[in-house]
Amino acid sequence: MVEIDQQQKFQNKIDAEIKIEPKDWMPEAYRKNLIRQISQHAHSEVIGMQPEGNWITRAPSLRRKAILLAKVQDEGGHGLYLYSTAETLGITREEMINALQDGSARYASIFNYPTQTWADVGAIGWLVDGAAIVNQISLQRTSYGPYSRSMVRICKEESFHQRQGYELMLTLSRGSEAQKAMAQDSLNRFYWPSLMMFGPHDTESAHSASSMKWKVKRETNDDLRQKFIDQTAPQIEFLGLQHPDKDLKWNDEKGQFDSGEINWDEFWRVINGDGHCNRQRVQHHINAHKEGAWVREAMASYQQKKKSKAA
Amino acid sequence: MVSDMNEETKQAVLNYTIRLGDDAVVIGHRIAEWCRNAPFLEEDLALSNVALDFIGRARMFYGYAEELADDGRKEDYFAYMRDHREYQNLLIMELPRGDFAYTMVRQLLVDVFNLYYLEQLISSTDETLAAIAGKAIKETRYHLRRSHEWVLRLGLGTDESKIRAQKAVDDIWGFTHELFDLDELEQQMADAGIGVDNRSLQQDWSAKVKSILEEASLIVPEDSWKVKGGREGYHTEYLGQMLNEMQCVHRANPGLEW
Ligand SMILES: [Fe+2]
Ligand SMILES: [Fe+2]
Repeated sequence: MVEIDQQQKFQNKIDAEIKIEPKDWMPEAYRKNLIRQISQHAHSEVIGMQPEGNWITRAPSLRRKAILLAKVQDEGGHGLYLYSTAETLGITREEMINALQDGSARYASIFNYPTQTWADVGAIGWLVDGAAIVNQISLQRTSYGPYSRSMVRICKEESFHQRQGYELMLTLSRGSEAQKAMAQDSLNRFYWPSLMMFGPHDTESAHSASSMKWKVKRETNDDLRQKFIDQTAPQIEFLGLQHPDKDLKWNDEKGQFDSGEINWDEFWRVINGDGHCNRQRVQHHINAHKEGAWVREAMASYQQKKKSKAA
Repeated sequence: MVSDMNEETKQAVLNYTIRLGDDAVVIGHRIAEWCRNAPFLEEDLALSNVALDFIGRARMFYGYAEELADDGRKEDYFAYMRDHREYQNLLIMELPRGDFAYTMVRQLLVDVFNLYYLEQLISSTDETLAAIAGKAIKETRYHLRRSHEWVLRLGLGTDESKIRAQKAVDDIWGFTHELFDLDELEQQMADAGIGVDNRSLQQDWSAKVKSILEEASLIVPEDSWKVKGGREGYHTEYLGQMLNEMQCVHRANPGLEW
């Protein structure tokens, strides 16, 4: 009876757009759902450091090198921030990292694609951060207070990344033939995977229904994807590049673009392990973590000794 | 003021400034290699911060070099179009990042050097160099707080961290001697009140480094070996490899905007 009351009170709050805070009562499934989503988001930020980090040593100007390094650093900062957000739900960072490393937690599948050229740094900033923003703007209204507040803060930096990425693509598109070709190739490789970032069609999505009821998610995968398609089309045109979707057509009646179908086979193949970098990404994380173990131990031991000395 | 300098002085200041840019870009690159490879996430961020400071410093020095050269060579020319034989950084900057102890010990030795060096450069009669030093020294104080703290953690942490830190000190020590050499150009710059007399820094550097190493219960090595040559462009094998990687995209399509 008490449980039912609490359920009802909880749902009333949600319906009244009152944020849920860490100390509030919440259904176990809500807590689990949030932990899954926020930790996955944190892991995506951290694993996302790898594909772009791949170009830090080769950035073709000092200005770009600094911008890229600062961007990858920001992503790490987002990861940290989101790990602490998830920790408010009663899970530790260590548990989350273990789950990432043993494969039970996921990260955004886009990062299983390889960064093959310098232009990929631009394409990722523009398209991948761009898609993330569309999602995160919507999540600023999510029902869990700490998550909503982290989205507000993170979104500001993501917009900055997106502008810088687009500016990089613009420079290449206005550059030599080789640079333009590099930009086009990169757009071709990253356009579709960034559409896939919004997840399967609403009809196929496993977590959507309860997430919508609890207002963890505020808009559906397909609605968000449509926004992204609509905002990206004129950006591609301004770059003077070919749109990778040959079926893209403005629909006057709907006031939005009609677009070609996503290759869902590829989506599932990459998620389930057939991307070029799936194993590499997780293994890299494991290796760096293992190699750092003695450093973390030294730090803990030093802290301990200092404490016992002070006592 | 650049406009007041005679041609000879301008050339000398240009070469001197390029060297300082080289030091900064090379060590900045090395530290940046840690980003996504650090022992824990907070350290990825902190090391990236330090790397960004050095890359920013390199841009300030090369930017001034661009102004002094006044012949169309831009900051990226200095960073990307010169070969390792033309680079004139101190050798200690180019050593690979090694393990975390190696990176932190090198950083301590370099940070203490930079601290005393920049304290002098602040009073350079060259206003631009003085201004760059004024900005850089604030960063260096922060770098040194970090490397100092880390060397203590490693020296006093576990048996393993102590062994690694000591090995790093022993392996890097021979590269510290050239920090205090003065070649003809540097002598000329020191005499003119533009550059720093590095020899005058050695005593303070030794005292400070020794006290920190002792605090960390690490042994200060004997001065039994010395490797030199960075200022003449006589480098270790590592720099060529590093620059090959750093310059490859820029050089594949030279002369373009990126
Ligand atoms: Fe991010
Ligand atoms: Fe971002």
